[in-house]
Amino acid sequence: MLLVHFLREELGLTGTKIGCDTSQCGACVVSMNGSTVKSCTCLAVQADGAEIATIEGLANGSELHPMQEAFWDNHGLQCGYCTAGMIMTAVEMLERNPHPSSDEVRAGLEGNLCRCTGYQNIVKSILAAAEKMDGHAHNDETGGHAHHDH
Amino acid sequence: MYAPEFEYHRAATVAEAIQLLSSNEDAKLIAGGHSLLPLLKLRLARPSVLVDIGRISELKGITISDGTVRIGALTTHWEISSSHDLEHACGIMAEAAGGIGDTQVRNRGTIGGNVVHADPASDWPTVLTALGAKFNIQGAGGSTRTVEPGDFFVGPLTTTLGEQEVLTSIEAPTLGHHQRAEYAKMAHPASGFAVVGAAVVVTVEGDVCTAARIAVGGLVPVPVRMTSVETALVGKALNQENIAEAASHASNDLQGEILGDFFASAEYRKAMAEVEIRHALFHATEVSHH
Ligand SMILES: Cc1cc2nc3c(=O)[nH]c(=O)nc-3n(C[C@H](O)[C@H](O)[C@H](O)COP(=O)(O)OP(=O)(O)OC[C@H]3O[C@@H](n4cnc5c(N)ncnc54)[C@H](O)[C@@H]3O)c2cc1C
Ligand code: FES
Ligand code: FES
Repeated sequence: MLLVHFLREELGLTGTKIGCDTSQCGACVVSMNGSTVKSCTCLAVQADGAEIATIEGLANGSELHPMQEAFWDNHGLQCGYCTAGMIMTAVEMLERNPHPSSDEVRAGLEGNLCRCTGYQNIVKSILAAAEKMDGHAHNDETGGHAHHDH
Repeated sequence: MYAPEFEYHRAATVAEAIQLLSSNEDAKLIAGGHSLLPLLKLRLARPSVLVDIGRISELKGITISDGTVRIGALTTHWEISSSHDLEHACGIMAEAAGGIGDTQVRNRGTIGGNVVHADPASDWPTVLTALGAKFNIQGAGGSTRTVEPGDFFVGPLTTTLGEQEVLTSIEAPTLGHHQRAEYAKMAHPASGFAVVGAAVVVTVEGDVCTAARIAVGGLVPVPVRMTSVETALVGKALNQENIAEAASHASNDLQGEILGDFFASAEYRKAMAEVEIRHALFHATEVSHH
């Protein structure tokens, strides 16, 4: 069983999407032990015992993660299909490089495809989140964590 | 898409992985899974047993000592691309790793899996051929052997690795004071895989090239050393004219099978090999080509 099927079908965490199912589009990106992975290209059993963070785990109760807020404020989505993956990728991007240039943001989104927005507002959202977070990687993700042992 | 059914074992040590390979017919190792899982999902591979080596710590990490870089087979492309020590010791490796696929592919994909998968469009085989790397292999009964890339890659998805062997680490020389190395690739715009890739390692004293190792990949079943280009370069000043002249010998070294597809024909790729060799040499020697 693939990790993405485990999250969506066993745990009912459907925020994570399946787009291409061929490791290209990034709709399925989740964080595994702190680094992002395409969950369509990972067996659930490879994640055994790992800490998985999905889009459901980013907000702190009703308080959105600054990256979610930035996507909201800057119209970083249209249909929203790519958004969960975009946001998970973007959060890791700022953890590794808190003050990216717009070119670095675009390069960092290599593995995430969006069929609607033309990326302009996605890049704008991530740059806005970087400014707002000002180097403070937001690490207090709670809830929505799938702790997977078997 | 769903992978076919398989039995799953997680090995804690290399010895256990080899033991599992020996006791199960039709078993396959899985490292990061970024070459194997897509094949399983397309049912192009159907091993009955998967042996997961993904958590074997003895296979991970980068050590640099006595002029040698040693990279555990399980080290990810991301770990390689973000290693500052490696950037100083053998920058071409960090640079090549950073150009593989995308962030998530680099987070999961390993150098060992890349090499053993032996996809002609991969980057590592070309870079490691130019560097004169060595592959350390462990087999049944604790036996070990070391092979060079030229004796490892046989053809697309085919190597001389035995069914009960594990690639444990890859060694490459650190680059000396007078050495420059660069990898240039024409990347497939969707996947990032190499349509054509050229890796060059040159020794430059004054402005004269005193040694060169050049390899190309992407357009050939296994990486090919560009010995005619190397010969044409040695003893010459590395200026724009001499680099262009040397690169023009590339077709001499590309007499074997050239791969082509609907995206890029064999003829086109062959022409681009010369261009990528030139780019790599220009970048390595900081000769402007604009
Ligand atoms: C979307 C996408 C884009 C990509 N782009 C590029 C690119 O631009 N350039 C590039 O070079 N590659 C690219 N790749 C391939 C990527 O680098 C793979 O991760 C890598 O080729 C395989 O590493 P892995 O650890 O995932 O291996 P796995 O998939 O786990 O294994 C691959 C094969 O190697 C064997 N194996 C693995 N480790 C060992 C070992 N230590 N000893 C013996 N056998 C072993 C396995 O049995 C299997 O046959 C891309 C992949 C994807 C999905
Ligand atoms: S669904 Fe996983 S990358 Fe597209
Ligand atoms: S918003 Fe529709 S795919 Fe990105």
